Amino acid sequence: VMVNGEKERVSLLFMKALVSTGSVDAVSQQMASHPQYLESFLRTQHYILHMDGPLPLPYRHYIAIMAAARHHCNYLVYLHSAQFLRVGGDPLWLQGLEAAPPRLRLLDHINKVLAHQPWLTACSHIQSLDSSCDIVCLKERIQKSQEEREKREERLLQTQTLQQTDMEEEEEMICFADPTRFITDPDFCYQEFARREEDHFQVFRVQDYSWEDHGFSLVNRLYSDIGHLLDDRFRSVTTLPSLHSPDLKRAIWNYIHCVLGIRYDDYDYGEVNQLLERDLKLYIKAVACFPDATKTPVCPLSWAPLKTSERIHVNLLIMEARLQAELLYALRAITQYMIA
Amino acid sequence: MEKMSRVTTALSSSGVSGRTMFCHLDAPANAISVCRDATQVVVAGRNIFKIYALEEEQFVEKLNLRVGRKPSLNFSCADVMWHQMEENLLATAATNGAVVTWNLGKPSRNKQDQLFTEHKRTVNKVCFHPTEVYMLLSGSQDGFMKCFDLRKKESVSTFSGQSESVRDVQFSMKDYFTFAASFENGNVQLWDIRRPDRYERMFTAHTGPVFCCDWHPDDRGWLATGGRDKMVKVWDMTTNRAKEVYCVQTIASVARVKWRPERKFHLATCSMMVDHNIYVWDVRRPFIPFATFEEHKDVTTGIVWRHQHDPHFLLSGSKDSTLYQHMFKDATRPVDKANPEGLCFGLFGDLAFAAKESLISSDANRKPYPGGDRRYPIFFFKKPDPTEQFAHVSSALSVFETDLDSNRMDWFVKTAQLYLLSGKPFAELCDHNAKVARELKRPQVSTTWTMLKIMFSDPANLMTPGANHNLSKLGSLPLMNSFSMKEMGSGMGTESRLERSKGESRQDNIHLEPGNSHISNNNEENEETEGSEGQAEYMFGDAELDDDDLYSMEHDNQAEEQEYTLPQEAFQLRHEIMDNPSAPEHLQQDKADSPHVSGNEAEVTCLTPIESFSLISISQPLFSPHLPASFFCPIVREMLSYYAEQGDVQMAVSVLIVLGDRIRKEIDDLTQEHWYMSYIDLLQRFELWNVSNEVIKLSTCSAITCLNQTSTTLHINCSNCKRPMSNKGWICDRCHQCASVCAVCHHVVKGLFVWCQGCSHGGHLEHIMNWLKSSAHCPAGCGHLCEYT
Repeated sequence: VMVNGEKERVSLLFMKALVSTGSVDAVSQQMASHPQYLESFLRTQHYILHMDGPLPLPYRHYIAIMAAARHHCNYLVYLHSAQFLRVGGDPLWLQGLEAAPPRLRLLDHINKVLAHQPWLTACSHIQSLDSSCDIVCLKERIQKSQEEREKREERLLQTQTLQQTDMEEEEEMICFADPTRFITDPDFCYQEFARREEDHFQVFRVQDYSWEDHGFSLVNRLYSDIGHLLDDRFRSVTTLPSLHSPDLKRAIWNYIHCVLGIRYDDYDYGEVNQLLERDLKLYIKAVACFPDATKTPVCPLSWAPLKTSERIHVNLLIMEARLQAELLYALRAITQYMIA
Repeated sequence: MEKMSRVTTALSSSGVSGRTMFCHLDAPANAISVCRDATQVVVAGRNIFKIYALEEEQFVEKLNLRVGRKPSLNFSCADVMWHQMEENLLATAATNGAVVTWNLGKPSRNKQDQLFTEHKRTVNKVCFHPTEVYMLLSGSQDGFMKCFDLRKKESVSTFSGQSESVRDVQFSMKDYFTFAASFENGNVQLWDIRRPDRYERMFTAHTGPVFCCDWHPDDRGWLATGGRDKMVKVWDMTTNRAKEVYCVQTIASVARVKWRPERKFHLATCSMMVDHNIYVWDVRRPFIPFATFEEHKDVTTGIVWRHQHDPHFLLSGSKDSTLYQHMFKDATRPVDKANPEGLCFGLFGDLAFAAKESLISSDANRKPYPGGDRRYPIFFFKKPDPTEQFAHVSSALSVFETDLDSNRMDWFVKTAQLYLLSGKPFAELCDHNAKVARELKRPQVSTTWTMLKIMFSDPANLMTPGANHNLSKLGSLPLMNSFSMKEMGSGMGTESRLERSKGESRQDNIHLEPGNSHISNNNEENEETEGSEGQAEYMFGDAELDDDDLYSMEHDNQAEEQEYTLPQEAFQLRHEIMDNPSAPEHLQQDKADSPHVSGNEAEVTCLTPIESFSLISISQPLFSPHLPASFFCPIVREMLSYYAEQGDVQMAVSVLIVLGDRIRKEIDDLTQEHWYMSYIDLLQRFELWNVSNEVIKLSTCSAITCLNQTSTTLHINCSNCKRPMSNKGWICDRCHQCASVCAVCHHVVKGLFVWCQGCSHGGHLEHIMNWLKSSAHCPAGCGHLCEYT
């Protein structure tokens, strides 16, 4: 039950979004129960997709398309295809990745890796990008990775929230384009990080590379102000007023990072098992790692009594945790590249 | 006794020996600390915890504190501190939240002494009390600071900052009970160790996390803080409100800050991202580091001055797995590479020049600036050790005024205002500009315009009439070369009849003998005079002026009109080569290799008609009449460069714009951009906003055209509540209505908005236009009779 003031705040935000972009997508509507977060989310989206930046507008939407396609999200692919055309993108590109300029094609690999197994991100990826287009590309990458995340997460969120709130509209979108044409290697997907630990992939220690200390400075350097916007998002999502205890939130956050290979020295992972029931864990993992599959609801039973806004909050947490995880991997790779 | 002796050796050795040296560590370091007598250093990191002895020539590993087969996370150190009173005592902050103390005096291999696991998150910092042996302070990511008495098993007091994670805690050097804590949200708090319930004082020091703080070792009031916002600030804490006394802006987030011993204003900083160097700043000169250490290949994570009373040794650990000892005398001094001279032109040609006094005083001719003694001693430090200070820089400023009359810039302003750069056929533009230049007594420029016209005008027009003229002229005036005649003919075929002298001069141009002594002389003269137009006048003499007159007034008009009707691209036919009277003037200076160049030169001065006679027969076959316009491009390019070099960037840009595609590809973009920027800058200094805008608009460099996109924010008021629209977007925050709605279609206008100044209703330009075509009244229904013009 929202207070009147909050309702107004939300409707004002929507009105602004509506007037400036001409539409309010389903995901944003789902966020309405958390106006504080919604505001910073919309601001970031607007900044990344519409404001001045190193990348031309069509590129940004194309990157978003690529990212969404990675998770077979028709809805977002369609949405960004339309926006891509609106900002003057070349319709030819929409025929598939082969038709896109080489710079964008180069992003495909890192897109793939970040989407499914971000721990594979290595500075050699950045290097291959850079050899072709140097620093601009770095920026581009940054921006892209964010965007992509955003998109992807967004779609995560979207699919989940959609089914959770029993909104059936989800399938009504036009099958505009088969998303697979924007990706390569469609079979590449998430693999258990823990299982691969014997390989040479090192655990990512947050104490060695954290968003606050390292990621922020780098991303802000490459794409000014984005750091503050993202900082704001991460902050607001963890401080959202909710019934969940801070411990639970932290458990969720750290569990997702753990699933993606990021460890906190100062966290006892036993807590995860205490606080998160099995089906909730399954659900979180499914959403974080296999968002494509969540079209068929696997909503944990214990959630039944929970309010919609609480469920959405959990989804937001998952989305932001994932975003930060991918950012950390990408930024660390860039840092390594810069040092090398 | 033993301790005493060691201290003395360390001190005495510091003056004589020691060198910049390093050793490889096995793993990246997170922090380092040095024992009080400066003989040993401890290095701590995720996978390293070792003590090295500092010897004269090298580091020697003394002890590895990581013992056990599988070291626990308690060994993963975020910070380490060596007790400054008790030489066997160390404390580390573990990334898993443990605070560990180590006793080197233990006989066993494992030196771990106490383990405190009270913090829930990573401990970022540990700090021993400077004088109290058993008091240890810790600050953690969980937002708490804890004070431990090492004789007890648990903490004696807990301080809650109530504002996010603690990044640094530091006991005051002088006030026994005071410590400072810095926080991730930008705050700094002062606490009294006896009062755990509430901080004594809090202020916001930075935007974003404050990574570090350090009390001044001598001045009790000063606290230095460094933050993610790339700033180092020095606060005076003695007053009621913390006062910022110095601020240094660095290029990356500041991870550590350490005051330099024995130097009141010096502090060292390092960054945790991107920048690997260590800087030592004199806080009074915040714009340039006093000294820089550039050895590390990855970010520096820990810095410490080796001895608390010796400013010459700095130790540092880094993520690149090295431990360094830096000698201060080996540091780079960025200030040595800085340019100590400054030079600037005033709008009216005055010149201000600042330089080291020593340099200037040697110049006997210098006159002091008339406006009084304008010497600015910028810095003057009285210090005992000259090598330790910024160079004594005392600068003198001189202003040289130009003689007002000789160097007035009126011509520039007038020219800028009167030139036409677009909107007319090419030839007309040239003529117009030539005329402007002539009226301003700049014959050379004027001639240049005329020649440009001739070179680049559509030859088709010129051809036919030209040929005729030539024939007739040749008949009538035997002196003229066929070449020259043709050229003339196209542009001003009839002019020859008017004045013989001119005809002659043009013919002269045609001459192909560069060896002519006349020519060379002329060239020299040209060079001399080019700088100032006034003088040039005399040398080109009446002849040239007359020529111009002829061109522009009498015949040009006809010719141009013809030209205009024809497609401008058709340049294939070219026989005007010889006519270019002015192009050569400018280009000539350095070379006479190309035939027409020499010819041109000749034209200016050659007054011997006889030569032309001889050429008549030859000239035609020599020069094909089919030379394309591109033939001239190299010349024109050189001419433009010449003008730009001479400081007349106005001419360069104007010609560039008028010629447009004809020449653009010949000149590289950077140069063009440079010219445009210079010209626009000049125009704006003279407040010729309209002209500068026109130039920006007409330029084809993307870097220039986008200048018009800057500062284009338009602040509007909401049309409903009349209050300013604070945020971007189309909705007013206060009344929640869409602002700037079109009165016709009732949608938000996002592009051109036109409104009636009478009733202030308006909307989409197109809609309003259409509406007012069919109706005289305002579309909003207010009854006003709007008018659209």
